[in-house]
Amino acid sequence: MTTLQPAPPTLAFPYLETLWLQVTGTLCNLTCKHCFITCGPNNRSHPVMTSEQVIEAVEEAMGAGVREFYFTGGEPFLHPEIEQLIAFVLERGPLSILTNGLLIDEARANRLAKLAAASPYSLDLRISLDGYTAEQNDPVRGRGTFDQIIAAVTRCAAAGIYPILTVTEVVPSTEATLPAFQALLTRAGIPRPRLKFLPPVRLGRETFRDRGYHREETLVEGDLLADEVFSLACGTGRMMTAKGLYPCPILIEEKEARMGDRLSEGLHPIQLRHQACYSCHAEGLRCRT
Amino acid sequence: MPNLTSTTATAPQRILVFGGIYNNHQSLRATIAEGRRWGAEEIYCLGDMGGFGPSPDKVFPLLQEAGVNCMQGNYDHSVGNRLEDCACGYTDPRDNYFARISYDYTLTQTSDANKDWLRDLPTEFRRIWNGRRVLMAHGSPRRTNEFLWASTSPDHFLDHLLRDADADLLLVTHTGIPWSRTLASGRVVINVGAIGRPANDGNTHVWAVGIDLTTPDRLQHTFLPIAYDHLALADEMREESLPEEFVTTILTGWWTTCLEILPAKERALGRF
Repeated sequence: MTTLQPAPPTLAFPYLETLWLQVTGTLCNLTCKHCFITCGPNNRSHPVMTSEQVIEAVEEAMGAGVREFYFTGGEPFLHPEIEQLIAFVLERGPLSILTNGLLIDEARANRLAKLAAASPYSLDLRISLDGYTAEQNDPVRGRGTFDQIIAAVTRCAAAGIYPILTVTEVVPSTEATLPAFQALLTRAGIPRPRLKFLPPVRLGRETFRDRGYHREETLVEGDLLADEVFSLACGTGRMMTAKGLYPCPILIEEKEARMGDRLSEGLHPIQLRHQACYSCHAEGLRCRT
Repeated sequence: MPNLTSTTATAPQRILVFGGIYNNHQSLRATIAEGRRWGAEEIYCLGDMGGFGPSPDKVFPLLQEAGVNCMQGNYDHSVGNRLEDCACGYTDPRDNYFARISYDYTLTQTSDANKDWLRDLPTEFRRIWNGRRVLMAHGSPRRTNEFLWASTSPDHFLDHLLRDADADLLLVTHTGIPWSRTLASGRVVINVGAIGRPANDGNTHVWAVGIDLTTPDRLQHTFLPIAYDHLALADEMREESLPEEFVTTILTGWWTTCLEILPAKERALGRF
């Protein structure tokens, strides 16, 4: 006798609000131990997008009524034409960039501040840091990265850009966590500290650092809450990489998740059949700012 | 269900539109008076009667006696249906902490009759003014609690939104910060801001919008600053033991709570 596997829930796709762009694919200057797509200097699983690919995806999304854009990777500032691409997008809509900050020197911080000031739309830099001390952060992101990231945040602040610090909760939060991060940012010259905490995604390197998903960590029909479509990244967003279209930033290494070559092939409901979907539903993972 | 009210029999010449009362009966009284002084023949409120301020039941007789056309915002839907939270659309726990205090206070202090009145309000208004199709919504035409901030609402997106909604002029609230834009297509979007708390600009007054139809074929709009007795409101808020952070906003014009939802540009303009 076979046991019938319960069906995964189907998520509607009411409209396209967010276009994610994996501008540098899986290429990164760090090898963070919790990276769910195992990015690093030698990972070419998803190649760097050409500027033409980025522009084409942005223009197609605009035709579909997209509201906001996100650049991620890998490390987006490894893209040889990243500043031209930032300028291109900021003329068309709001942009968030997920970065480790290490490639933002003083001159680049000043150029980014100028681009932000010249645009009617918001530019948000999301800089990742995984602890408010080097002892917490460096074992995850790499030796010396705590000091380098804080130096980058300080350079941004001096240029007038106030980044959002993105913290993956690899160190359990306590009541002291938020004030400690806020104090850290204030010392770095950020007058209005902004922080975003994210649960780890149990894919890629994170499966070795901590663990992968348990068998029961999966979604079945009936799990979704009313209006959850508006909070899940795949409910109103899509991710474009050099290899094609995916429902969200997390699933780009899940081969069955690929939706096609073009955005127009993926503007439809999907089944939440991947275990990582559990993190977004059950642990409240929100990739958007 | 959307309320597809047809064109009024006699078109008014001047119209006042505002949103986001947030229990601020002092500013509501001043807004209605300013609207009448300005010559408004019709007044519209785009929703969110409750939250933030003191004594929720005080705003309802003012709205009803002045014949204000009222729409249901996310707050009104939640209070009217006795839901667990305001469905404001915040995503950060720090924003939700203060939203919870406001909502619990408002839900407890609103009478059953007023809750029922909120529950039965329409969710949008449609009008034809000077030949233009006008849509009034709370957050956006497609979602009550969508935030239309100036810096995260690109032109192509707004055009798409208005085209889908069959509208030439869109009026919304929900964010609390007023702005307007005329698109290359000629379509116009106006966020009327809120009269319940100042616009995070260091001024204690609040904002409403006047629409002038006196020039044929044109819809002219003007942002009207509304000064009110904010000192009296602050006293009442303290009497009701509302958070001092809320009182500070009323007294200084700077937002102190629910800041995390602000996009980068809007956040940089504030003090906190």
